[in-house]
Amino acid sequence: MSLDPATVRRIARLARIGIDESDLPALQRELNGILGWIEQLNEVDIDNVEPMVGTGHAALRMREDVVTDGDAREAVLSNAPDAAGPYYTVPKVVE
Amino acid sequence: MMLTELTIAAAQGGLRRREFSAEELVGAHVAAIDRLNGRLNAFITVTSEQALDAARRADAILAGGGDAPALTGIPLGIKDLFCTDGVRTTAASRMLEEFVPPYESTVTANLLADGAVFVGKTNLDEFAMGSANITSAFGSVENPWKRAGDAETVLVPGGSSGGSAAAVAARLAMGATGTDTGGSIRQPASYCGIAGIKPTYGRCSRWGTIAFASSLDQAGPMARTVEDCAILLQSMAGFDTRDSTSVDIAVPDYRAACGRSLKGMKVGIPAEYRVAGMPAEIEVAWEQGIAWLRDAGCEIVEVSLPYTKYGLATYYIVAPAECSSNLARYDGVRFGRRVPGASLDELYEATRREGFGAEVRRRILMGTYVLSAGYYDAYYLRAQKVRNLIRKDFENAFQTVDVLLTPTAPSPAFAQGEKMDDPVQMYLNDVFTVPASMAGVPAMSVPAGLSASGLPLGLQVIGRSFDEESVFAAASALERAAGFTHRPAVRAEVV
Repeated sequence: MSLDPATVRRIARLARIGIDESDLPALQRELNGILGWIEQLNEVDIDNVEPMVGTGHAALRMREDVVTDGDAREAVLSNAPDAAGPYYTVPKVVE
Repeated sequence: MMLTELTIAAAQGGLRRREFSAEELVGAHVAAIDRLNGRLNAFITVTSEQALDAARRADAILAGGGDAPALTGIPLGIKDLFCTDGVRTTAASRMLEEFVPPYESTVTANLLADGAVFVGKTNLDEFAMGSANITSAFGSVENPWKRAGDAETVLVPGGSSGGSAAAVAARLAMGATGTDTGGSIRQPASYCGIAGIKPTYGRCSRWGTIAFASSLDQAGPMARTVEDCAILLQSMAGFDTRDSTSVDIAVPDYRAACGRSLKGMKVGIPAEYRVAGMPAEIEVAWEQGIAWLRDAGCEIVEVSLPYTKYGLATYYIVAPAECSSNLARYDGVRFGRRVPGASLDELYEATRREGFGAEVRRRILMGTYVLSAGYYDAYYLRAQKVRNLIRKDFENAFQTVDVLLTPTAPSPAFAQGEKMDDPVQMYLNDVFTVPASMAGVPAMSVPAGLSASGLPLGLQVIGRSFDEESVFAAASALERAAGFTHRPAVRAEVV
């Protein structure tokens, strides 16, 4: 499977990473190099093999549905690049 | 006395006997950083003043005569991936250049509670993605070792915990924290002639550690001796309700495990780690390690881990997939860098283009692709299944053996500029460390000797899940047999 420039553009769009047209050839070459290399996994027989999603040693724990943290508005906003009062800000999204 | 030459174990005794003060001990390391960090670039942020203040508080505690916590007054470097309350934490990325966490990671909080003194935040590959510490937005790290007869060529320290490894090797810190996703503690430890352990996944809390690939990331210590690693892991490890993958089992006495007899221990030698093209000197070091463990009373057993060769390719699907999800949080809105845009999408795209370096962007794109509609089954789901086969390889081997012995890396440290044109060539440095990460089992690198070019070579001991004790025992035996007393060309001297 080989990525064409349109697919690289689409992936970058999905990842919300801006790319220039001039970036495309190098990105396409590098990603295809990696993809070509990982094709080797196609030779593995994976019939009847369960996917591994974690090491499975930690059981999910139940706890009371109570507030354990909070009252930290200042700390939460302390690294916001453009906070306005108690809010994060973004460009206008509703016309 | 050269305070920067001490082990942590020796310094613990010296501080308690008041042979020297914590201020002197920390001061010696701060002076060494002042002298050498400009060259090595092992630290992104140096916290000399806070460290000296903490040292004076440590001296007051030590003067009290009671039971001072284990690490009171011990100067450590902290990989700049652990959030430290009030101290800038960058992940070596422009994205977090000015990020000051309002909280402390669990691992560093544990070390602070045990009295440790942090001298600074160590350099790393950006977001821990790399094997040579060349992707940091704050510049490359220089390995303090030099090839014999070649004082000029700058070698890489390995990665991603390259700053931690270089700092410990050059005696700028007595120990350091690292994180290991596919070899990021063990490979730089091998390249810099120090010890480092990736404990079992779930042993150290990931809370407050900036995430790369959450099903693989694990914190661990790096130090100049196996026992020092045991002392540090004792403090770093433990159950934490704030990490849902933290495992609630008791942390054993790791330091005691270092002295354990190896009589009757079964050591597996996996045939698949004899890869084509491996330098003869790596093979020789490995054979030497096998002989040392046999002499220590171990039974050597040939074992097979047939899916080993698929480890790297599996890793380079699973890790970028998790990376693309984790790094979605850097949106230019809530924290970190923001590059303005006319629309929200333009803001996202401009911020993430400018904030992330080339390797991080490449991995996010690869991860986005393997998770995207139409490709998920072909790549990601297939990789998760192969990962299970790799884990079963280890489970099968550990039915018959207690630990595995392998080389840590397929070569000694290479020069800056080598292996940099092709991402796949760079990824091959992790061929021996990635499988244990995929399985989640503990693995440690210990210095075993020098290459023909005079550079350190590490051996890797891999153990069963939650049996770091056997790993420490075997690694200690290797360390005693190797008698590795070589020191790097660049290091703290008279202070």
